[in-house]
Amino acid sequence: MAISNATLAGLTRTELLEMHYKMALVRRFEEKSAEEYTRGKIGGFMHLYIGQEAVGVGSITALRPEDKILCSYREHGHALAKGMDPGAVMAELFGKITGCSKGKGGSMHMWSNELGIYGGNGIVAAQMPIAAGVAFAAHYQGQDTVIACYFGDGAVDEGAFHESLNLASVWKLPVVYICENNQYSMGMAVGKAWAVDSLLPRAAAYNIPGDQIDGMDIIAVYESMKQAVEHARNGDGPTLLEIKTYRFRGHSMTDPAYYRTREEEQQWRTTRDPIGIFEKKLLENGLATQAEFDENDAMATQVSEDAAEFADNSPDPALEELYTDVMVDNSTALTYRYERK
Amino acid sequence: MRTITYRDALREAIREEMLRDERVFIMGEDIAGYGGTYAVTKGLYEEFGEKRVRDTPLAEEVITGVAIGAALGGLRPILELMTINFSLLASDLLVNSAAKMRYMFGGQPSVPFVVRMPSGGGAQRAAQHSQLFETWYAHIPGLKVVMPATPYDVKGMLKAAVRDPDPVLFIEHELLYNVKGEVPDEGVEYTVPLDRGEVKRPGEDITIITFSRMLHISLQAAEDLAKEGIEAEVIDLRSIRPIDIDLLVDSVKKTNRVVIAEEGWKYYGTGQGLAALIYEHAFDYMDAPIQHVTGADVPMPYSKVLERAALPKKSDIVDAAKAIVPAALVRS
Ligand SMILES: Cc1ncc(C[n+]2csc(CCOP(=O)(O)OP(=O)(O)O)c2C)c(N)n1
Ligand SMILES: [Mg+2]
Repeated sequence: MAISNATLAGLTRTELLEMHYKMALVRRFEEKSAEEYTRGKIGGFMHLYIGQEAVGVGSITALRPEDKILCSYREHGHALAKGMDPGAVMAELFGKITGCSKGKGGSMHMWSNELGIYGGNGIVAAQMPIAAGVAFAAHYQGQDTVIACYFGDGAVDEGAFHESLNLASVWKLPVVYICENNQYSMGMAVGKAWAVDSLLPRAAAYNIPGDQIDGMDIIAVYESMKQAVEHARNGDGPTLLEIKTYRFRGHSMTDPAYYRTREEEQQWRTTRDPIGIFEKKLLENGLATQAEFDENDAMATQVSEDAAEFADNSPDPALEELYTDVMVDNSTALTYRYERK
Repeated sequence: MRTITYRDALREAIREEMLRDERVFIMGEDIAGYGGTYAVTKGLYEEFGEKRVRDTPLAEEVITGVAIGAALGGLRPILELMTINFSLLASDLLVNSAAKMRYMFGGQPSVPFVVRMPSGGGAQRAAQHSQLFETWYAHIPGLKVVMPATPYDVKGMLKAAVRDPDPVLFIEHELLYNVKGEVPDEGVEYTVPLDRGEVKRPGEDITIITFSRMLHISLQAAEDLAKEGIEAEVIDLRSIRPIDIDLLVDSVKKTNRVVIAEEGWKYYGTGQGLAALIYEHAFDYMDAPIQHVTGADVPMPYSKVLERAALPKKSDIVDAAKAIVPAALVRS
């Protein structure tokens, strides 16, 4: 079939292929991370984003570079989608000084001032009130920046979810709250935790627009996000998006996922893979070829391998780094480094 | 006696108390279907069912309030908070309600419940997931705060905590669950008091006061010191509030020298509180300034090399002890 120059959801072929590449990059990067974790190069908690690629990539595509994101601890994918250098992400996982948080944060705590990546927060739902504050600062300073805040279905159970939506609504803050409903918070199925099976009534309760989206369809994610971002940028306040997705792996690297069946996982992997679904859509619309997908995938694999090599070859932080960065003027940190001798 | 893990000892205590008393139930995030983040509650859901082993939504504040309310309502809740780091979301209810109710309402209500929660660092979990807050909670009148370090103590103290009429914060350590130790056979009834420390290794030359995971490191340090001719007495505090001050003073009278070893931050912490108490009660017996081994005074870094540097080590305890034992006292 001839490749057309048509567009999909207003996105050009180049943009669509870029989205495909980013999804492939997140997938391959996460696979590489898992491998390095198993080899002992990465420690602590590590939560993979495999299966949820369309959410991060699709929604971040609808942002401008100056817009900011705040995430949970499952944030490697968002960091990559927002443009963070894969080497800096992998080096952070390796705990190296070249990592995006100097190796002090690790998997759960990625940051970039330049790219507007305001963390990786390890406390469930803590990013939600903070996102409202970052949005308030933008609003206060007359900037038309939009803040995207990502969290899981589990975060919805915390008070911070409700308090944030209420305040953001009352103050009409430019923030998009994006719930990545991957059906589980650790082993807790969402059906057992939520009193209602949808976030739409919760959006209604706080008098803000809500939308429920198939998170395995990157175009649907993009379109819905685009609308929410416009709404926020126009000064009309927050939106709550419930994006239905699935994490293909366990909660973290050590979770054998006994609380769900292998069949259920297989079903999602084989019939609902967001990359496969996107490729099919592009092919059907004559917007790309299999060869282009293969090329993207090969590049994603190579970039991930290069990132791991970079991380491996990078130095550990010097021991002095233990005591740096506690405060802006670090001489005001109560530290007893000199007493340890 | 059998040898079992700290984890299994905890599970046995919960199980035995649930069998003993219908009012005892356990709830928390992922404790039923998942079996607990650290597998402490594994199998209990299968044995006791949903009514008494309850998974909760991910909401520390409300589940802590529910535990307090259930205690007021006549039950004996055991609440598992996934880690102590997340107890900060519940700390208002612990501090402003649970700890105050007995006093504030003139001795009428009692709030008999246990909050179990792991704490501590050492597994590269970075700044938000490696903390110790026993010091914060021990500051609060109206709470009991315990931190058992061995399988025997953890079982006996959890059973005592469940039976205790007041709120008990029962703080475990993430790196202790696999530690093994001797525990009486299942069904052999015993409890360990919530207000008594214990001498875990007798010695004449210096007292090492410690608790939780640092007990094990202190015992190793004592072995090293013994090889160098210094006999250390190692005291496991077990309870952070109340403090078994008599035990400490008795030891200090004998050794005249103290090293306090704890994993947490130094300033305004448990160790500094202990030091003040020792000076208050045993100043005349002290022959050297108290030495204090703690974690580095920084948020916990993720990097393996930095985390290792941040945590107190065996050699830190050995060095601290040697700094205050004069050469003349060292046996050859
Ligand atoms: C306040 C708080 N409570 C508990 C935890 C432990 N915890 C980490 S992730 C998680 C599950 C969160 O699930 P969800 O919000 O659905 O996000 P997902 O992991 O599915 O991306 C829990 C309970 C935590 N980090 N913070
Ligand atoms: Mg989830």
